[in-house]
Amino acid sequence: MKCAEFLQELTNYLDGVIDDRTKSELEDHLSWCHNCYVVCDTTKKTIEIYRDSQLYELPDDLRDRLRSAIVTKCQARKKADSGNA
Amino acid sequence: MSTIQPKVDEPVSDELTLVQAAKNGDVGSFEELVRRYDRNVFRIAQHITQNREDAEDVVQDAFLKAYSNLKQFQGQSKFYTWLVRIAVNEALMKLRRRRPERTVSLDEEVKTEEDSVPREVADWSPNPEQQYNQAELREILTKTIQGLPQTFRTVFVLRDVEGLSTEETAEALDLSIPAVKSRLLRARLQLRERLSRFFQRREPGAEKLEIENADDVPTNESGDGDQ
Repeated sequence: MKCAEFLQELTNYLDGVIDDRTKSELEDHLSWCHNCYVVCDTTKKTIEIYRDSQLYELPDDLRDRLRSAIVTKCQARKKADSGNA
Repeated sequence: MSTIQPKVDEPVSDELTLVQAAKNGDVGSFEELVRRYDRNVFRIAQHITQNREDAEDVVQDAFLKAYSNLKQFQGQSKFYTWLVRIAVNEALMKLRRRRPERTVSLDEEVKTEEDSVPREVADWSPNPEQQYNQAELREILTKTIQGLPQTFRTVFVLRDVEGLSTEETAEALDLSIPAVKSRLLRARLQLRERLSRFFQRREPGAEKLEIENADDVPTNESGDGDQ
């Protein structure tokens, strides 16, 4: 297996959706190709860092305000719909 | 090397009951659905629009649109996947209004062959995120993901941040599964490449890389580098 082929399979490998034969070929490649090992390891860390990053959390006060606005508009729409029925 | 462990989904056993009650006019049941997913919708909207006010609008517009069209939801997919699809479309409409000079869509062609080949292969520190304080790390991660083309960013956020499956991501974005996989691979590799500038193993005493340098990373994209 060449490095380019390894890269093509990287996402399937990290997501664990790969057949046993391809998996063992990939792991054989990883055992001797340091660059691909580093790319694989740091790609995995990239995903984990973003997954755990808590970027763009919704603050509680804004959350309450948005939900209250949504509910008010839903009730108005419901009233309008029942008025038209 | 082990695989990525997906986020565990919260139980949704009562979800169809809530949806059904909301369809029958129970706003309280719909409010419970809002409580469940408002944080996710806000994150997705802010990642796509990169603007806080737009993201707030998207949260309201997406939930209202969902409420108005609940009867269209037949339960073939999860309610959340259906909601994400609505939210992504609302967010893209915001982008179009804000940047009418640019085409904004999820299925445009993107030229990316060259940037899928890793150039930076230096190993990272064992705990790279601990090299920076929380505010610095947040800034590095935000600027780095904002530099991704919107089409890649959206796939990465749904799949790797929000934990949708490949199939759910394809459904929410109206893309084929191979298209999702291809964009996800490129998004992951590009983010990895850019983060390597900050996280690679350094000799003792070496200075930390300045965060501002994130702006200098070329995107290698034609027409869609919307940072």
